[in-house]
Amino acid sequence: MRSAILIFPGSNCDRDMMVAVERITGRRPALVWHKESQLDPVDIVIIPGGFSFGDYLRCGALAARAPAMEAVVDHASRGGAVLGVCNGFQILLETGLLPGTLVRNSGLKFVCRETRLAVQETIETPLLSNLATGTELVIPVAHNEGNYFADVALLDSLEQGGQVALRYVQNDPARAANPNGSARDIAGILSANGRVMGMMPHPERAMGNGHASEDGREFLTSVLEGVAR
Amino acid sequence: MSNASEMRFSDAEQMGLSFEEWQLILTRLGRTPNLCELGIFSAMWSEHCSYKSSKKWLKTLPTEGAQVIQGPGENAGVVDIGDGLAAVFKIESHNHPSFIEPYQGAATGVGGILRDVFTMGARPIALLNALRFGDIAHEKTPHLLSGVVAGIGGYGNCIGIPTVGGEVNFHSSYNGNILVNAMAVGLAHSDRIFYSAATGAGNPVIYVGAKTGRDGIHGATMASAEFSDETESKRPTVQVGDPFTGKLLMEACLELMAADAVLSIQDMGAAGLTSSSVEMASKGGLGMEIDLDLVPVREEAMSAYEIMLSESQERMLMVIKPEQAETARAIFEKWDLDFMPIGKVTDTQRLVLLKDAQIACDIPLAPLVDDAPEYDRPYRPEELQPVLSTAQLEKDIPLDEVLKKMLSSADLSSRRWVYEQYDSDVMADTISGPGGNAAMVRIHNTDKGLAVCTDCTPRYVEADPFEGGKQAVCEAYRNISATGAKPLAVTNNLNFGNPEKQDIMAQIVGAVTGMGKACKALDTPVVSGNVSLYNETDGMAIQPCPVIGMIGIIDDWRTTIGAGLQQAGQALYVVGQSDKTNDGWLGCSVYAREIARREGGAPPSVDLEAEAKNGQLVREAIAKGIASSVQDISDGGLLIAMAEMVMAGQCGAKITPPDSGSLHGWAFGEDQARYILAVRDAGEFAALCAGHQIEAVRIGETISKTELTVGDLPPISKEVMVAWHTSPIPALMG
Repeated sequence: MRSAILIFPGSNCDRDMMVAVERITGRRPALVWHKESQLDPVDIVIIPGGFSFGDYLRCGALAARAPAMEAVVDHASRGGAVLGVCNGFQILLETGLLPGTLVRNSGLKFVCRETRLAVQETIETPLLSNLATGTELVIPVAHNEGNYFADVALLDSLEQGGQVALRYVQNDPARAANPNGSARDIAGILSANGRVMGMMPHPERAMGNGHASEDGREFLTSVLEGVAR
Repeated sequence: MSNASEMRFSDAEQMGLSFEEWQLILTRLGRTPNLCELGIFSAMWSEHCSYKSSKKWLKTLPTEGAQVIQGPGENAGVVDIGDGLAAVFKIESHNHPSFIEPYQGAATGVGGILRDVFTMGARPIALLNALRFGDIAHEKTPHLLSGVVAGIGGYGNCIGIPTVGGEVNFHSSYNGNILVNAMAVGLAHSDRIFYSAATGAGNPVIYVGAKTGRDGIHGATMASAEFSDETESKRPTVQVGDPFTGKLLMEACLELMAADAVLSIQDMGAAGLTSSSVEMASKGGLGMEIDLDLVPVREEAMSAYEIMLSESQERMLMVIKPEQAETARAIFEKWDLDFMPIGKVTDTQRLVLLKDAQIACDIPLAPLVDDAPEYDRPYRPEELQPVLSTAQLEKDIPLDEVLKKMLSSADLSSRRWVYEQYDSDVMADTISGPGGNAAMVRIHNTDKGLAVCTDCTPRYVEADPFEGGKQAVCEAYRNISATGAKPLAVTNNLNFGNPEKQDIMAQIVGAVTGMGKACKALDTPVVSGNVSLYNETDGMAIQPCPVIGMIGIIDDWRTTIGAGLQQAGQALYVVGQSDKTNDGWLGCSVYAREIARREGGAPPSVDLEAEAKNGQLVREAIAKGIASSVQDISDGGLLIAMAEMVMAGQCGAKITPPDSGSLHGWAFGEDQARYILAVRDAGEFAALCAGHQIEAVRIGETISKTELTVGDLPPISKEVMVAWHTSPIPALMG
């Protein structure tokens, strides 16, 4: 199982993701600086959360133009697996590897809280291979721009095409399930070939061992085992 | 302002200097200073930089202990936490800028305190804050609250350090002068701490980080003046934060330190290049020569005065090993940051500045630092407040109605609206975040945990500065102990009004004395801190707020417990209370203010010996696995603490009040040194208490239904209490 984690100036979940992946696989991911234009062969590239380039201009917009992202686009075009979490999801949208966009949370505030996700029925994907449809996972979010937005046609086509991977569902009965106003409660989506996934929640922060939830570990284990096959 | 060559007293006065101070400058220099020199004197002698009103009293604080590696006087305090590691931490205020421009004021407060910590070679691992706003109904409060909270989150979230704890309170005395104190905690190897004293005449002085602009010019002086109606016109003196550059600077500095290239380093905080150069040179007993034409600037035609007094953010000054210059440059180039040799260390003990190939400043360093004025300001304590009896305060209102009013009061209601705007989980080592007792962060890759909190009860300090000063330390001590961690050391942020007024000076003297006494008794020395005076608007002082930031250590983070009740059928005890207790101290309490509508009255007294003993007992009960949940009793008293344990937990509680006496006094009294514990084995716990000769009274037990039942009164469900508790701030903020 070989993995790589991209690091941009302003990435701040790179170490957390590295620790999580290493704990699951026993192997440290390669850390790839944004200025590198070559990527050694890996089973998956993970783009971690943070504020790449300060989120200036538009979240993910500058990072999407970094040399390392060209290598990621190459890797994806060869059918390579990619997971983008939070800012990583935003970057994948900016590169066009995933459709749609993420806009400001509907509450107009940063939101850091636990959410409950339900795994959706999707097209075939190695990234969710161990998780049955309907599996619920408690994983926290922490973001300013996690409100997934797309026109009705695109949303319909994502749903019909089995590209909606994760949705927010009720966690605390006294609160809304959806933390950010995301269209159709979407928390994560897949590319049309099922090999690129973007999600707002942070699985690396739900690894048990002191974290409030262990469900992120279950999720990442599924991702990493799925792409290693 | 008059021409640079002919400064007069009126110019000095505009910069906040007194006539005596102006005379002192003339004597020390033996000539009239130019504008740049006068600016440097006024910044270094400002209250903010010189502590001239408080120094005499700060010196009385206990600062030593086996755990202390570095006490006050450096960028941050350093405490040994074992295994070759050290915790580096400090709290600092950004009150005035935050009132003028809440988002940027708060954001740069966070940025500044983070720089103080990573300047010492520590990677920051936790942020906290202590905030005070005006009356929740005041027209400016929502705007200030939302701006400050967004600013704190805006910086901390982006730079990727979790904001794990803090406190927010409201009182009309802060209507025109809010308090924004930010604390940062970092982790370093105890033999790899970096200091600011310059070394080696001839070594290069390097400027790194962001460019210098015209923002925040003379901010330290603004922070040392009272507010008036004109203050909001001072917006240009507020700095602008750039957390992205802050992140790059942090990574670059830590990388450079790991490369063993840094000899000394100082961040450019208050008074910017002035205080950093003066402090580095004077601490090293050396001098410094800087060519201001080499300073990276982002605006044209900046004068020497402007460059020296700018408080542009995200900048550092360092002395590096000359042979490592190229390594250092490469690291900063990698991070796309400016790296500019701007001068050298000298042995002249003078600060010499060149601008346009001319000497713009040439002053001896000694008067700037060592001869900075130090005042023994006269003080006159106000008469102590009378003790108010329960009979004077108790209202004939049903208990559930009181509980509802209290839980939904501005000061006791849930801060969830606030802390959910902070990323409290980044770095993935947060064991318990905001909303509980102290927060706990894991020491990365180890079993150890660091407990951290901030605390102060300003109404107690106002009513009795000495007891209030003690209480702030003790409440922090209880919050740390309630996690199972051993309290280690404190940082303090003394927020007061105008020290030139005798009653205010008396508050400072009383609070610092009380604080010192408590820190000594509890073996939690003060290792760093900050003083913010002149917190007044149009002559009205704030409620004094000497904030304590405390850290503690636990050997195994897995043994920590929270406040939430875990399992039905466990006995509930109040530690520090006898079975005869049937009343409580309502004077100066939240009950008195919210229910009896009466402020003031003597606050509860603080028994330091009891605090130490009871804290020890609680930590032992946690370490031995006897206790399964703990909550300290503070604002609002026993019943509020109990309600919090139910709201945070998986089960409910049934408690029995005493047969006689005052129900409200018993439920809402704020007697100190108390905790509520849910215990797995009542016998074992009773034996532990007996062994320590500590009183504890069994008040009830945990029940499977998630509700709170007090005696024969109808149960109140968790859902109802949570709704009371969580709705007020969102309702205010819309």
